[in-house]
Amino acid sequence: MFKQINDSRAETVTVQLNGNEVRVVAGTTVAAVALTAGLSFTRTTPVSGARRAPFCMMGVCYDCLMIIDGQSGQRACMTYVKEGMRIECQQGAGLIPGESQ
Amino acid sequence: MNNHYQMLVIGGGPAGLAAATIAANSGVSCALLDEQPAPGGQIYRAVEQAPELRAQLLGADYQRGKSLVENFRASRAVYFPNTSVWSVNEQREVGVNYQGDSRIITADHILIASGAMERPVPFTGWTLPGVMYAGSGQILFKSAGAIPEKGVVLAGSGPLLLLLAWQYMRAGVKIKAMLDMTPLGNRIMALPELPRALLAYQYLTKGMTLQRELKQAGVEIKNLVSDLRAEGDGQLERVCYRHRGREHTIETDLLMTHFGVIPHVWLTQAAGCRHLWNESQQCWHPQHDEWGATSIEGIFVAGDGAGIFGAKSAEYAGYLAGLQMSYAAGAVTRGERNQQAIVYRKAMKRDRHIRPFLESYFHIPREILAVQNNDTVVCRCEEITAGQIREAVANGHQDSNQVKYFTRCGMGPCQGRQCAQAVAHIVADAGGKSVSGQSCFRGRPPVTPLNLEQLAQMKRRQR
Repeated sequence: MFKQINDSRAETVTVQLNGNEVRVVAGTTVAAVALTAGLSFTRTTPVSGARRAPFCMMGVCYDCLMIIDGQSGQRACMTYVKEGMRIECQQGAGLIPGESQ
Repeated sequence: MNNHYQMLVIGGGPAGLAAATIAANSGVSCALLDEQPAPGGQIYRAVEQAPELRAQLLGADYQRGKSLVENFRASRAVYFPNTSVWSVNEQREVGVNYQGDSRIITADHILIASGAMERPVPFTGWTLPGVMYAGSGQILFKSAGAIPEKGVVLAGSGPLLLLLAWQYMRAGVKIKAMLDMTPLGNRIMALPELPRALLAYQYLTKGMTLQRELKQAGVEIKNLVSDLRAEGDGQLERVCYRHRGREHTIETDLLMTHFGVIPHVWLTQAAGCRHLWNESQQCWHPQHDEWGATSIEGIFVAGDGAGIFGAKSAEYAGYLAGLQMSYAAGAVTRGERNQQAIVYRKAMKRDRHIRPFLESYFHIPREILAVQNNDTVVCRCEEITAGQIREAVANGHQDSNQVKYFTRCGMGPCQGRQCAQAVAHIVADAGGKSVSGQSCFRGRPPVTPLNLEQLAQMKRRQR
């Protein structure tokens, strides 16, 4: 849905997005990475299984919850990428600690 | 991070930065807690890091934030980035998440400068991936240089819509449609406010310049649009609307809407500050005096979190609150406080002349706020529809909080931030009452996520 204008700093980090290695600009949020990497959704809802994607981008709507480094329910728009970070779409209510999707 | 400060500022937007700077410069020990990694708030987000080209595209008003941030950096205020506040109470104990740890710190005086958020206005399909707020588009632009790839449809009513369209136009984004949903009657209602608005003519001039430049670039603004709907299978595919008595459909993978902004009151709510409904601004805000003091002693508010007046007024209100807190801390005398306040009061008064006009012109009609289509999801978290809310009212639940307990709307992870207003409007509408008599959902700590591990460790450390 989004692309990056050609002004960004050259510094990049590599993250795992749904199991695929992606090089992304350092200092961006996980939500911005998901939207520029072409993910059409980032979670499904626990109630009906409907697809959702980042919505407010400022931490108030909680619609961008993803599994980040194994921890579910993380706001992708409030989390900044780090080298080697594992980012996954969250299905429903997410995982309880120690469980894998 | 110390266990105690004379003054704690929550929020790194213009109000928080101004307050912390003026207080620290007068010798108050002051810390600023910011959820973001760098100062600026949403309005000046990433203003220090934004590359030249990006800052240029965003315009001069955005770049104004640079000096504000520089002055703050040069002050002796201590800055804590990536720090969230999950509780504030009457004893001025502040629950803080900092570097993965949770702790409680205290302060003599607290300024809550939580800023604004987009006014959530539910419409059919607004939960689909590809539907976002205009503010979300701006945040992506400012902080990541990310812009729509295959064009965008903009819809709603409010000045930010125009600004974003202009910024996108300059960045070469295809604006597939610009759908202005401001009703005709608003122009007439706003007319009596125009003479006063002329005293802050720079805002009117800016609005007209943006409109003219958009027109020159071939972006057509469709006026008096109604019945906005988003459709698609699992993601946005098209936007439907009514214009001049006819139905229209546009194919798009991105729709950004804007219906004005409202104060983000969850922290002041959770702290127990008294809140009022402002009919002109169509929102709740914490009650406060001319210095920003709330109904709780030692807790202040400033900026859009106290009521919507825009970035410049937020800055002036921040200075005023900072002065009052410096006075309360004994760092300045009453005379010094009053003397220094004059210039900020004057500037604030001048800046606010535009507000009555904007509030009337962009007043969102009741039928939009009260969500007419009963199939529309109102609570995004618990997926409760307008029809379910009306049914609860018909069953005798005449108050927002009662409807919440009965239906679960507002009980999801966002704690009602996205549905509180719509629920209040629907409940008022269904019960034939005014929204001013409705209660806002009660906010409770933790206001931001706090996991059990952090909570448990906090107890152990403090034992």
